[in-house]
Amino acid sequence: MSGDGYKKISNSMDITWSSVKSIIKKWKVYDPHKRTISTVEHGGGSILVWGCVSAAGPGSFVKVEGNTNAEKYHQILEDNLIQSARELRLGRRFIFQQDNDPKHTAKDAQKWFKDNKVLQDELNRKILDSLLDFTRKCSSARQHSDWASQMRANEIPTAALVLGVNVPDHDITFQSLSELLHQSVTPHVASVEAKECGALKHLMKRVLERLMDTVVDDDEEEETEHTSTQLHKSVNCSLSALCDWYITKTKKSSSGTPGKKRSSPAEHERQQQPPVVIIFKDLEAFNPRVLRDFILICSRYIERLPLMFIFGIATSPSTIQRMLPHSVSSLLCIELFQSLSCTQHLATVIDQLILTPQFPFKLNAKVMQVLLSIFLYHDFSVRNFIKGLQLALLEHFHSQPLSVLCCKKKEALLNVMQLSHRDLERIRQLPSFKRYVEKQESQEQVNLITDDSHLKETCRKMIKGLHKYHKNYYPILKCLHTLTSALPRYPLGKQIRELHLTCLEKNVWENEDYQSAMKLLKMLAKDDLIALLQRCGEILKPVKSKKMKSTAFQLEELLTKFKQLDTVVSEMAPSEEDSITSPIKNLQKKTDLFQLQKTLLEMNETRRSKKLSPFEILRNEALEFIDSLVKSHLSPPESQTLHEVCYYSSSATVRRHLNATPRTSIQAALSSPYYYLQNENLKTEDGTVSNAAPDICIAYKLHLECGRLINLYDWLEAYATVVSAADGNDPDSDGYGKVDEVKHARFIRSVSELEFLGFIKSTKQKTDHVARLTWGGC
Amino acid sequence: MTALLQHPGYDEEKLRRVAEQLPCREVQAGLLLSLMGEPQQYSYPSIFIYGHRASGKSHVLHVLLKELELHHATVSCVECVSVALLFEQVLLSFFGCDAASLLPRSPSLSDFVRIYRQQRSQSPAKQTRYLVMEKAELLRDSDANLLPALLRLQELVEDNVTVILLSEIVWDKFRPNTGCFEPLLLHFPDYSKGELQQILSQDRHPSYSAEFYSSYINILLGVFYSVCRDLRELRHLAALNFSKFCEPLEEGKVKETDTHKLWRNIEPHLKKAMQTVYLREVSSLQWEQMQLMEEKEAGALRGLSAHTHVELPFYSKFLLIAAYLASYNPARTDKRFFLKHHGKIRKTNFLKKNEKTSNHLLGPKPFPLDRLLAIFYSVVDSRVAPTASIFSQISSLVTLQLLTQVSHDDQLDAPKYKCAVSLDFICAISRTVNFDIVKYLYDFL
Repeated sequence: MSGDGYKKISNSMDITWSSVKSIIKKWKVYDPHKRTISTVEHGGGSILVWGCVSAAGPGSFVKVEGNTNAEKYHQILEDNLIQSARELRLGRRFIFQQDNDPKHTAKDAQKWFKDNKVLQDELNRKILDSLLDFTRKCSSARQHSDWASQMRANEIPTAALVLGVNVPDHDITFQSLSELLHQSVTPHVASVEAKECGALKHLMKRVLERLMDTVVDDDEEEETEHTSTQLHKSVNCSLSALCDWYITKTKKSSSGTPGKKRSSPAEHERQQQPPVVIIFKDLEAFNPRVLRDFILICSRYIERLPLMFIFGIATSPSTIQRMLPHSVSSLLCIELFQSLSCTQHLATVIDQLILTPQFPFKLNAKVMQVLLSIFLYHDFSVRNFIKGLQLALLEHFHSQPLSVLCCKKKEALLNVMQLSHRDLERIRQLPSFKRYVEKQESQEQVNLITDDSHLKETCRKMIKGLHKYHKNYYPILKCLHTLTSALPRYPLGKQIRELHLTCLEKNVWENEDYQSAMKLLKMLAKDDLIALLQRCGEILKPVKSKKMKSTAFQLEELLTKFKQLDTVVSEMAPSEEDSITSPIKNLQKKTDLFQLQKTLLEMNETRRSKKLSPFEILRNEALEFIDSLVKSHLSPPESQTLHEVCYYSSSATVRRHLNATPRTSIQAALSSPYYYLQNENLKTEDGTVSNAAPDICIAYKLHLECGRLINLYDWLEAYATVVSAADGNDPDSDGYGKVDEVKHARFIRSVSELEFLGFIKSTKQKTDHVARLTWGGC
Repeated sequence: MTALLQHPGYDEEKLRRVAEQLPCREVQAGLLLSLMGEPQQYSYPSIFIYGHRASGKSHVLHVLLKELELHHATVSCVECVSVALLFEQVLLSFFGCDAASLLPRSPSLSDFVRIYRQQRSQSPAKQTRYLVMEKAELLRDSDANLLPALLRLQELVEDNVTVILLSEIVWDKFRPNTGCFEPLLLHFPDYSKGELQQILSQDRHPSYSAEFYSSYINILLGVFYSVCRDLRELRHLAALNFSKFCEPLEEGKVKETDTHKLWRNIEPHLKKAMQTVYLREVSSLQWEQMQLMEEKEAGALRGLSAHTHVELPFYSKFLLIAAYLASYNPARTDKRFFLKHHGKIRKTNFLKKNEKTSNHLLGPKPFPLDRLLAIFYSVVDSRVAPTASIFSQISSLVTLQLLTQVSHDDQLDAPKYKCAVSLDFICAISRTVNFDIVKYLYDFL
C-alpha cells in the first residue's frame, strides 16, 4: 500500500496535467505538512506534483519543458492559485466559525484584486488609445479619393506594438485591446497565436473562424446562415470567401441602420466599412514563410476588404525586417507603438498596492525580496509579481489565525473584542508581544498574561498604534525618497522599492548609505533644497493623520524661513563678500609657491572655523528635522508590537510556490520517500532507504553506489535481494534473493522510470550496461 | 505601334485599346497574341512567362484577356493553400458554381480531370479557354503530379485550353526530375529607364501639366533608379513625394519651367525618402505627416531599426551570453575559459590556426543544453538554484527567437540550440551586466 500513490504518480508522468490533478485528490492522504484537511487539498501537494512532472534532472527536465513554455508554467501556477483560493474560503469559514466573525477579510482581498485590475487597465490606456486612433485614422484614410491616394500603392495598415519580453503580461493587454476595438472601432477583430498557426492553412482557418464567429455572437438571426457557411467553409477556406462574407455583412448593416442616426457622413462611412483587424499576438514565434504568404494573399484583397494588422512584438521592431523580405514589407504601412517598460509598470504597481496604508496586508522584507528577485532575475512579468502578492495574501490569511485582525481599523477593533481565549493565548505567544510584556512593570505583566479583558484593551491600543505607524510610515518614506533620489549616484537607491526594502530590514538611520546621503544633502544648494522640501510638503499635505499635519506645518515654516533668508541675505551680502574676497586678494599678490600653499591652508582654516552663514544654519536645522522624522517613523515593522498580524513573513513558502526547484524535489522524493509519503514504514534514519520503499527509490539508491557505467545484471541482483527482504522471506529459504518474473518486471519498470527522469541512459559502450548521468555517490 | 497588335480574328478597336493600355510591352503582347492565335483555334498547351517583379506579366495578360473578352480563369498559387481550392476556382470560373460543387471533399487530380471532361462535354469550348497561374513557383511545393499535369492539361481533358504560368524565376528551376512536357518560354525583360519614365509620366496629376510631371519623374528616377526598378514601388514613391515637389510652386517662389530650382528643392528630400520610407523604416502615413511638419520636428521620428534595445531579465541575459559563448567557441576550449585551475594548455595546441577567427565567419554552431547550463553556472557570479524558471527562460528565449532550437521539437533528450543574436547585440547585453564577453571569445583571443 505504502508506495501506491507514488507509483501512480510516477507512472502518469507522461500524461497530461489534468490527469495528474485527479491523482492529487487521491494523494491527499500523504500530506507533507500535516495540517488540516483543507491544507492538504490546496497543499504544496499540487505544486510539488507539478514539479515532479516537469522536472527530471537537467537533461530530461526539458522533456516537459520542450512543450511547456513560460506561459504554460504560469498557467499551472494560476490554476493552483485558483484552487487554493477556493480552498482558502473553506479554511476561512473554519476559522470564522470559531471567531463568530463575518466575512470581512475576503472582501478586503477582493477589493485589492479589483484595484489591481483597474490599475492594469489604466497603465495600458495610453498605448491602447493611440492604437485606436491609428485604426480610426487608417479606416478613414481609405475613403479619400484624391490623386495621391489613387496613385499610391494600397498598403495594409499595420501597427507594430512593442510590448517587452514579459510575455505572460501580454495576454491582458491584447484582451483589453480587442475589447476596446470591438466597442469603438469595428466588430471584426480576430487574434491569432503562433502555436495554433503552424501552416498557412491553419492561419487562414483560424482567422476566418474567428471573424465569422463574432457575427454569430452579434445577432442570432444569422445563425442558420452561418451553419450553412460552416458546411461550405471546410471546402472553401480562402480569403475570397471572407471577402464575400464581409460585403454581405456590411450591406446588411448599412441597409439596417439608415435613419437611426446619421451624425456625420464620415461617421456613417466608417460604420459602413469597419476595418477587419487581425492581431498577431506573438510575431516572433510565427513561421516567417506562413506570415509572408498570408500578407501576400491579403494584399490581393486589400481593395475590397479593409484589412488591418496588429503585430505584437516582444523584442525589437527590427524583427519585422528580419522576418519579412522587402518585397513583402513594402506591402505594409507599418507604424510603431511602444508600450510602457515593465520596470515602470512595476513601479506603479508597487506604488499603488504596497506603498499605501490603504491595505492592511503587508509583506516583510524577505518576502518582498523574493518577489522582486523573481521579477528582476527571472521573468520581468508584472502579472506574476501580482500573482505572488496574491499568493502571499492567501497564505497569510490561511496560515495565521490572528489575521482576523488584519483589516480596516474599525473592523479590527471590533474583532479584537470578539477574540476567543484561544486566540488571546496565541497573541501572548507572539514574539513581538512577548518583547512588549518584558518591558512592562511586573504588575502589568501579570495583568497582561492572566486577564483577558485587559489584554483586549491593550490589543486595541496596539492595533491603533500599528495603523498609525502605517499612516506615518509611507509619507515619510516618500519624502526621504524624493530627497535622496536627487543625489548623485543614488546612495539609497534609485527606485523607492529599494529604499522601502532597506527600511523594512533594519533601522535605516544606522545604514552607512543613509549617513553618506545625509552628508550629501548637507551640501545641497539653496534652490535645490527648497525645491525638494517643497515637493516633500506636497507629499505630506494630503495625508490626514495629525502627526503628518503638524509635520507639514513645520515644514511649511522652514520653507518660509528659507524664503525670508533671501531678503536677509541681500542685506548682509556686502559684509560677507568682504570676508571671503580678502584672502583671495592677498593671494593674487604673492607668487611664491610656499607662501601660496601656506595661504591656501590658512584660508581653509578660516573657512572651517568661520561662522556658519544663516543659510547653512537653516539647512542644518531642516536636515535635522528630516532626520528626526526618519528616526521616529521609519523604524522597521519588526519593532512594532503585533506586527505579525499584518506582515506576512514566510518567504520560503512563497519561493517554493513561485520558483519551484524540480530537481531538488525529485531527489528528495527518491532519496527519502518519507518526506512525501508519510508512511511509518518508510521512516528511516541517516539517509538509508527502507526495504519497503517504492521500487524506484530502491533502484535509485542502488544506482548511487555504482560508477559511471552500471551493470544491469548486478543491479538486478542487488535489487532482488533488497526486495526479498521487504517481502519478509526467511533469509535462509531457497527463494531468497532469487529473481522471479514479478521482481524482474518491477525492476525493469523502475529502471525505465529512472531513465525517463534523466538519471541514466543506455550506452553503446557496453551492451548490458547503462550510463549514469549524475555525479556523486551515496 | 498598333501595327504590332494586328491579328486576324480580333476586333481592331479592341486591339487598339489593348495597345493603349500596354505601353512598352507591345512586343510581348504581340508575341502572346500570335501564340494564342484566333479565338477558336487551338493554342499551344502551356506557356511559361517569367520576368522580375512588376515587369508587367500579370498586367499584360489581364488586359489582353479582359479586353479581347476571352474565356479565362486567373488563379494565384499563394492563395491556393490546398489543391482543392485550386480546382474549385478553376471549375468555378470555367463552368460556374454547379461544377465546382461536384468536387468531392478532398479531390485528387483525376477527380478534377473527370469533372472537367464531364462539364466540357456539356458545354464544349467554342473558344480557347485560358488558365493563368500567378506565382507558379509555388506549384513546385504542392503534389508532385500537379505541375506536369497542368502543363499538358489540354491533352488530359481534351479541350481547347491553354495554361499560362507566371513566375519570377526561370523554367530551369521548375523542371521535375521525372521530366515533363516543355512549355513555351517567354521572357519579360525589365523596363529600361526610358520606359519607366514613359510609363510613370502617364499618371500625371490632373492639375499640373504633363511636362511638369514628367520632369518630376525624371528627377525621381535619377535618385531611385539605382536602387529600385520596381514599377509599383516607384509609382508609390512618386505619389508620396509629389506634394513636396509642388510646394515651391504653390508658394509662388518658382515657375513650372524652373527645373533646376525644383531639383534643388526635392533632391535632398528624395534622398531622405530612400533611407526611410522606401525601406519601410517609416510608414507612408507618417511620411506624409512629416512633410507637413517643420524640418527639425521631423528629425525626431525614429525608424523601426533604431529601436534595437531589448530589455531582458537578469538571468536571461546570462543565459543568452552563455548561449553565445557556446555557439561561437569550440567545445574543447571551454576548459580553458571556464575552469579556474585548468592546468597548462599548450599554446600551439590550443590555438589552431585555421580555426582561429573563422568561428564568427562560419556562424553559430549548435550546442546541447548541458553545455549551455554548465557555461551559464560558471558565468553567473552568484549561486543560482536550478529552478523551473531558469528552464522556462530558455524556452522563452526560443520563442523570442533569440535562441533557435536546432533539433526537432519532439527530441526530448538532449535538445540542441543555436544562438541567433549578433555580436553587437550580445556586447550591448553583456555591458549591462558588466561582463566582458570579448575576453571569453576564442576568436578574439
